[in-house]
Amino acid sequence: MAEDILILDRLRKAYGGLVVTEDVSLAIRRDELHAVIGPNGAGKTTLIHQISGLTPSDSGRVLLDGADITALSLAARTRRGLARSFQITSILPGFPVLENVALAVQARAGSSFRFLGTAADEPALNAEARAMLDIVGLGARADLPAGLLSHGEKRQLELAISLATRPRILLLDEPLAGMGHEEGQAIVALLRRLRGRYTILLVEHDMDAVFSLADRISVLVSGRVIATGAPAEIRANPAVRAAYLGEEEAA
Amino acid sequence: MSGAHPTAGPLRDRRPRLAGLILAGLATLPLLGALGADSYVLLLVTRVMIFAVAAISLDLILGYGAMVSFGHAAFMGIGAYAVGILATHGIEDLLAQAGVAILVSAGFAALTGAVSLRTKGVHFIMITLAFGQMAFFLAVSLAAYGGDDGLTIARRSTVLGAEWLGNATIFYYLVLAVLAATLLACRALVAARFGRVLRGTRENPVRMQAIGFEPFRYQLTAYVISGAICGLSGVLIANQTNFISPAYMAWQRSGELIVMVVLGGMGTLIGPLIGALAYLLIEEWLAGITEHWKMIFGPLLILVVLHARGGLVGAITRITGGRHG
Repeated sequence: MAEDILILDRLRKAYGGLVVTEDVSLAIRRDELHAVIGPNGAGKTTLIHQISGLTPSDSGRVLLDGADITALSLAARTRRGLARSFQITSILPGFPVLENVALAVQARAGSSFRFLGTAADEPALNAEARAMLDIVGLGARADLPAGLLSHGEKRQLELAISLATRPRILLLDEPLAGMGHEEGQAIVALLRRLRGRYTILLVEHDMDAVFSLADRISVLVSGRVIATGAPAEIRANPAVRAAYLGEEEAA
Repeated sequence: MSGAHPTAGPLRDRRPRLAGLILAGLATLPLLGALGADSYVLLLVTRVMIFAVAAISLDLILGYGAMVSFGHAAFMGIGAYAVGILATHGIEDLLAQAGVAILVSAGFAALTGAVSLRTKGVHFIMITLAFGQMAFFLAVSLAAYGGDDGLTIARRSTVLGAEWLGNATIFYYLVLAVLAATLLACRALVAARFGRVLRGTRENPVRMQAIGFEPFRYQLTAYVISGAICGLSGVLIANQTNFISPAYMAWQRSGELIVMVVLGGMGTLIGPLIGALAYLLIEEWLAGITEHWKMIFGPLLILVVLHARGGLVGAITRITGGRHG
């Protein structure tokens, strides 16, 4: 159990009569890249929202390193080490790239109830932010307004922001969504670099990326986890083929 | 990338120079002997500066925090009533009055802000309007302090027992000092860590939560600071007019403050000062021409909002910036 960093215990969410996630239980191991796949409407994004605290769960628990964080807000969970990205890129477009990341450093580096001193000039915040930008390959873009970045670069920035929170686990909601092939390859390469250094829960539609990156894969269908296992096991699982991969081929 | 490279951003443009120029101009105005020490111009500009303090305080939450308060005049009214009520009971010391005004304004802001900030967008506008009207009707009900008719204050506040503020020039410089201090303090605040969180929340509150900030705390703090500053402007207006009345808290007054901020350029701090100047001067000028001045003023306002994005300060920086290419 000690190596399970994130445990989902029978998470459930329904909107009226529509059950989106139903008794989802998962255990994410430390330093693994765990992908969650599933057909459209399987409840993947809702599940990420429930884990991150953006959407409250109807029932069930979320445990981070053994501590029950189910009642905590999105911000409190982030401070506990649970960082997330969004399906629709979420950055501060009016801020310089560097400050987007520096703010995430600021959030955990001392009080933000400081009314004097220019935050944008704080060397410690900026140095760490630059290091994060270098990791994702945006070092040369640091001073650009974030809104001017390309779609792919914004994704990279969002990853740098997440890394700057010093996460114990990264929740990535379709980081490849809406991306061209080359941009996508850059993100896949980046995820490959992060893999093993961070625990990553990845929700993704791109099957090539998922099967090449993931240590383990869980398959979500109609709000339920129907299988969890290594990529080869998932590929060979008849239930998965029937419910998911078959549909993909037919489409 | 060199670490010394300055960050391009909204805070590092020519606006500090513009603010310095305007403040220097205001400081020299009484020295122009031709105007006469207690001239009409001095009075008008004093009034402009008082409203500028209120408008800058509103800009702090409206421009930097995207909190459109439609009840901000309540704070000005609270400040004014602090002066009037205390003076009625023999407490005429400016510092005591200002202290009470700031404390009560901050308290009112903390209470109403804690409720208002549970809502967003139009609901926030409506609920702040409702709280503003509550304050208005409370003032109307204060029969002991003039009720509907308001209350005349016998004389201006005293400083250490001295009646210096009765001198129009001294009062002018006091108001200018408060204005300059407000500008400097707000400028420091928005550039500091606190202000950066506030500005970030304006752009994307969910992202701010997803890096670990609880926006509510920062927004409420900004709301309280804004209310306190606006309360201080009320102390000044009561002193200038030697009169308080519920009209200070009317929703029309709150609307005027919003217009000053938007007209001048929100999220700039210097903009609301220019907005207050333009608003009150145009009002004065047009009112001298026709009593239906609002029929001219309204369309004029619409033109500025439509054509000068970023308000008057945006237009000024565009024109002066053009020379530098």
